[in-house]
Amino acid sequence: MYDFDWSSIPGALPFLWEGMKISLEITVSAVIFGVVWGTLLAMMRLAPVKPLAWFAAGYVNLFRSIPLVMVLLWFFLIVPQLLRSFFNLDPNTDVRLTSAMIGFALFESAYYSEIIRAGIQSVPKGQVAAASALGMTYAQAMRLVVLPQAFRNMVPLLLTQAIVLFQDTSLVYMSALADFFGAAYKVGDRDGRLVELLLFAGAVYFFICFAASQLVRRYQKKLNAHVAH
Amino acid sequence: MSYQWNWSIFSSPVPTGETTYFGWMLSGLQTTITLSLCAWVMALALGSLMGVLRTVPNKWLSGLAAAYVEVFRNIPLLVQLFIWYFVLPELLPFGLGDAFKQQLNPLTQQFLSAMVCLGFFTSARVCEQVRAGINSLPHGQKNAGLALGFTLPQTYRHVLLPMAFRLVVPPLTSEFLNIFKNSAVCSTIGLLELAAQGRQLVDYTAQPYESFIAVTLLYVLINVVVMTLMRHLENKTRVPGYLGGK
Repeated sequence: MYDFDWSSIPGALPFLWEGMKISLEITVSAVIFGVVWGTLLAMMRLAPVKPLAWFAAGYVNLFRSIPLVMVLLWFFLIVPQLLRSFFNLDPNTDVRLTSAMIGFALFESAYYSEIIRAGIQSVPKGQVAAASALGMTYAQAMRLVVLPQAFRNMVPLLLTQAIVLFQDTSLVYMSALADFFGAAYKVGDRDGRLVELLLFAGAVYFFICFAASQLVRRYQKKLNAHVAH
Repeated sequence: MSYQWNWSIFSSPVPTGETTYFGWMLSGLQTTITLSLCAWVMALALGSLMGVLRTVPNKWLSGLAAAYVEVFRNIPLLVQLFIWYFVLPELLPFGLGDAFKQQLNPLTQQFLSAMVCLGFFTSARVCEQVRAGINSLPHGQKNAGLALGFTLPQTYRHVLLPMAFRLVVPPLTSEFLNIFKNSAVCSTIGLLELAAQGRQLVDYTAQPYESFIAVTLLYVLINVVVMTLMRHLENKTRVPGYLGGK
């Protein structure tokens, strides 16, 4: 039987916490950017201007048909070169975190845009008609009438996607960036305690994601009850 | 930036000489497809079983299935993969783990871990779709089945499932697409599937752009092929009278 030895975890907690901060940083920046850029993509896709709609559709379909692993490989290859040539960075500057953030943000915005598009389309057409009858422009109708309603309905889905995104950030392990999972792996590898550290990492992810998804579920219920009345 | 494009790299032989770099790409593609299909069969079987369990009246069984889904949905795929590959062989009793580590060749070990991991991971998602499919049926169908003297398993077998499976084909399409994309994660344990072959090619030839473009296009190709096939299946299984039906 395997002898468990959990003693390397307590001492490693500060290091693991540093890793968790990186995971959260990537998640939060990708959610914020993803929602903003995703909204723009969704509006472009629904816009009457054909080239804009084509661009958005191409962008979304491309990112949705490539594995995240591949997207990250691309970004770890290209972004450092671009950043260095634009900003004249010292070749030794560590830009892996920036590359990861940009990669996740651009990738996730494709998924966010699909959620937001569905949200916008769920708002009755009559609302847009009413807005334009009141003399609002398309942009005003979107900003003041359609989007506020769409976002209210979308919040649970956007949060669920954020939980998925948080789980996906573990893939930055590929770039040897010490996010939470990368940190756990490093500690386990160093102490020869990979089994314990991997199980610990799994438990922590489970706890966070399960708690978060329960909160989202509760919020969804509240929202539904509110809409029903 | 001056980059030396060299597309003929794919026709040049690999260092060991037995094939070309194009051959590497093809073998990677083959592994990705085999892995995904094996895992998909597993996910479909397990997911259907769990999906049915989630809807049965027995609190223990439906609770068990719910817990199953939560576990596989709330741990990142990468962590699950590492647990299957690094942790499980250590914990298996009766020397099974040692047999796994010592007697199987490393390629088989990687493939099995990857398949089981993807299978379980995807089965939790399939389970939720199957559950949603069964729950979307009118309640009267189940009652009618029972009233006609069917047992509960018979009601599932002859009344609920034939209908539910036709309804869940469209959502399962996206899960099927996901399994191909998720299989790329398995490159992290050294399994030489498509993404890993792409990285290997970069290491050997220092031609990252050609390699990544080729790999990306192959993933897009898989996507297009699967989507076309599934669209066909969706058309065949569509239920008249339902949304998107004839």
